[in-house]
Amino acid sequence: MTSKNVHVKINEMKTNSGLIKNLELSIGKVVNDNYTEPMGPTPMPSMSTLRDWDMKLLTKYKPFYMPDCDLCCLCTFGKCDLTAGKRGACGLDIGAQSSRIVLLACCIGAATHTAHSRHMIHHLIGKYGRRFPLDIGGLNIKVEAPITRLVTGIKPETLGDLDDVLEYAEKEITQCLAVGHTGQEGNNLDFESKAFHVGMIDHVGMEVGDIAQVSTLGFPKAEPEAPLVKLGIGTVDTSKPVIMCIGHNVVPSVGIIDYAKDTKVDDKIEVVGLCCTAHDITRYYNRGRIVGPISWQLRFIRGGFADVVVLDEQCVRTDAFDEARKVHAPVIAASEKNCMGFKNRTNDPADEIVADLVSGKVAGVLILDPEKVGEVAVRTAQQIAPIRKKMNSLPSIEEIKALSKTCRQCNMCRRSCPQDLKIPQALKAAAEGDMAPLTDLYEYCIGCGRCEEACPVKLNIHSMIVKAGEKFMLAEDNLCRVGRGAVQDVEIRNVGSPIVLGEIPGIVAVVGCSNYPHGGKDVYDICREFASRRYIVALSGCSAMSAGNYRNSEGKTLYEEFPGGFEAGGVLNVGSCVANSHIAGAAIKVANIFAKRPLRGNYEEIADYIYNRLGAVGLAWGAYSQKAAAIAAGFWRLGIPVLVGPHGAKYRRMLLGREDKPENWEVLDARTGNTVNVGPAPEHLFQTVETPQEAMVSIAKLCIRPNDTWKGRSIKLSHYVDLHKRFYGCMPQDLHLFVRTMADVPMTLKDEFTKILEDNNWKETVIPDPTLLPRMVRKMKE
Amino acid sequence: MSCEPWQCAEIAATKKANPIQKPEIAVAMIKKASRPLLVVGSYATERYMEGKQLIEYLIDFANASKVPVVATAHMVGEFLKRGYQPAGFMSAMDIGNRLVDPEWQGLDGKGHPDLVLFVGLPYYMEALILSGLKHFAPDLKTMTIDNLFHPHASWSFPNATLEEWASNLTVMTSKFNGGN
Repeated sequence: MTSKNVHVKINEMKTNSGLIKNLELSIGKVVNDNYTEPMGPTPMPSMSTLRDWDMKLLTKYKPFYMPDCDLCCLCTFGKCDLTAGKRGACGLDIGAQSSRIVLLACCIGAATHTAHSRHMIHHLIGKYGRRFPLDIGGLNIKVEAPITRLVTGIKPETLGDLDDVLEYAEKEITQCLAVGHTGQEGNNLDFESKAFHVGMIDHVGMEVGDIAQVSTLGFPKAEPEAPLVKLGIGTVDTSKPVIMCIGHNVVPSVGIIDYAKDTKVDDKIEVVGLCCTAHDITRYYNRGRIVGPISWQLRFIRGGFADVVVLDEQCVRTDAFDEARKVHAPVIAASEKNCMGFKNRTNDPADEIVADLVSGKVAGVLILDPEKVGEVAVRTAQQIAPIRKKMNSLPSIEEIKALSKTCRQCNMCRRSCPQDLKIPQALKAAAEGDMAPLTDLYEYCIGCGRCEEACPVKLNIHSMIVKAGEKFMLAEDNLCRVGRGAVQDVEIRNVGSPIVLGEIPGIVAVVGCSNYPHGGKDVYDICREFASRRYIVALSGCSAMSAGNYRNSEGKTLYEEFPGGFEAGGVLNVGSCVANSHIAGAAIKVANIFAKRPLRGNYEEIADYIYNRLGAVGLAWGAYSQKAAAIAAGFWRLGIPVLVGPHGAKYRRMLLGREDKPENWEVLDARTGNTVNVGPAPEHLFQTVETPQEAMVSIAKLCIRPNDTWKGRSIKLSHYVDLHKRFYGCMPQDLHLFVRTMADVPMTLKDEFTKILEDNNWKETVIPDPTLLPRMVRKMKE
Repeated sequence: MSCEPWQCAEIAATKKANPIQKPEIAVAMIKKASRPLLVVGSYATERYMEGKQLIEYLIDFANASKVPVVATAHMVGEFLKRGYQPAGFMSAMDIGNRLVDPEWQGLDGKGHPDLVLFVGLPYYMEALILSGLKHFAPDLKTMTIDNLFHPHASWSFPNATLEEWASNLTVMTSKFNGGN
């Protein structure tokens, strides 16, 4: 779309009108714009451009702060005690400090995704050229990059165009990060607005990365029926050399797979992935395996399954090398962001590196050339596998029983466990010969290893849990659908109307990491509940793995039980972390393709549309990372509420509405300009839920939107009431806030509703054409 | 009994909870409060002491003390199953958010609570909410009646065994007129 850095120099030119000498013309960028849609009001917004929109949301959803730390220790004036209203040496109070930490977390997350995309673009442009065309879904996708178009006003057509988009994103991340410096922003809501901004930028960065890899690497292109792939430790053929790739950036894994194919050994080795790299391996390679979510790193390495461990970037355990060394598995670090202290062997001959790793002369190397990573990993795995013989560092059952007798029952393991698992009691039972309590912990352990760090007698507690649960670990043989990528335009057209009118009750995006409070089955249960109710369930990342890791009574996984389309009752896996952009992209495409709202550089109007009309909710049940914070912030700015599981409270700030404050719930009716109270729809923008039961009730409620038709509202209320009765044992107390006319009331619940409405002096109101933007009002009230 | 945070890293800085050394002290403070409130979390059905669920101890306590109960998560259904009607139910975040609003007039609309008791939430969630209240509702007194020490509360029982916890709750219940 654009050309950069054009420089024209004319020493002498004779023309009819005269002589030109020494003309020098320098142009930063030549725009060759095929994007015919008129530019909207906010292309490439700076961090204050959309501040008014943010403040509209932040007025309704005020921050509730839960400081994780009473102090600030970011500058040398500190430590400053900010307890209960005290200001620090810079003048900041604990509210603004809490928002500042949220902003910094979102900056880290956005920088991480964007840097990942930068590496991807750099690598792919080097390999395929700047003019390589983008193809996200062939003829099924015309709006190839909805977030990029919306935010930047650029319609990317080639890899080179994505380079330009990233430049903008990188600039904005730097600006937002600078705000975190001491003595910059002083107001908590302005910190929040900037967190929203960098969250929006995060979505741009993610979209760039995923559409680049989808276009170039042969990933499924928006395929509802993308193939099913094996999932779980039990699916790994350990009779073969096993290469395990951990992280998020698939480029080194591609080098491994290509080398294996080129040397025709792809059927003789196993290439498996853990965390999001696993998704992208299986998008690239039909022999790939997904071992499991991020929290399974220790159990897989200590279990000895991996003959070579390849680390790329993000969410990699920083002690992976120490762990791999214990089982004599060589480690290859393949990312500049994660060098692991290894010597850079990128320019050494592969023969030498392989020899060093196989002989044990070195236990780990840094290789920044993905093709060389491929050769070294494959050859090393082939040579070392017969030597290692899948050596593991797990104790035997008899050793566990003996070791358990040394436990002092001091409780430090339990007090360090995020899940408060009853480890001392399990060890006591093991010492007495009963392994069952220790085995029971396997499903609920998130694999952090903090118990071992706390143990005064240095018991390898996590290894003991893994060994006790080994039978279950080896039986993990399930299915995940390969990440499909974007949602097709035609799928949007098919469901746009029923979603916006409320007849498809909602879109539930179950995304994020695996810091689950009580194992992964909660994710499966929640997804299955809403797919059965014909919501659209969109998954990504570790959640997409956990959802596939359980089976129904007929033995079917979630992905076998439900179709993979963006449709009522569909369960779709969009892919890895960066593919989360397709979920936000689908919401944007509903506004653009179905409702025909202008897209280009038109952020506020599209977000206003989504907020008021699209019953979408994000659930990050096990969110742990700064990336998850940035993803959530991008959804907040689009007006999409996000729920997190109990550990998500540690993000230390919620954005909560108050259903008891009617003044919070006013919108403009775009038809008349009248102010209309639409009730708490949606009630919250960011909320921690404590139990899966609460999550399910909250999801149903948060799908309610002001624009629902009476039929749609009736359907949504039916689900809300049904789940509420099932899990809370009673009718909701706030139904009067969601009924606009009696037609909204589900037929079968009329009597129960009528009593609640009468008790609350309910009065009928209108169903508006809702907007928060005065400029969207077609006829202003006189 | 230890007065260190149950989860080791949940430390507070300059303002830390006063330990409650005897249940009678907690009872005296509850009786002194004019508008106490008890927030009960989802562990109420997951903790057993002496063959009895935590929620059953809490129902006995609430009936005896007449302290109104707010049930978080899905606990309202568990209370109703046992024949007890909580004064309200809402998410843990929502009750925390209302408590930091000085204009909130309580569940009955008659005035802001002056003492809030917490029990049965996941430890880290409870710690965070108590931190929020410590910072943003400095006039509100908070107390935990868990068996886990919470440094962000105004008053907390020390870390205790299940047997000690059961005893504390039983003693507290017995000290109110409605107790047995």
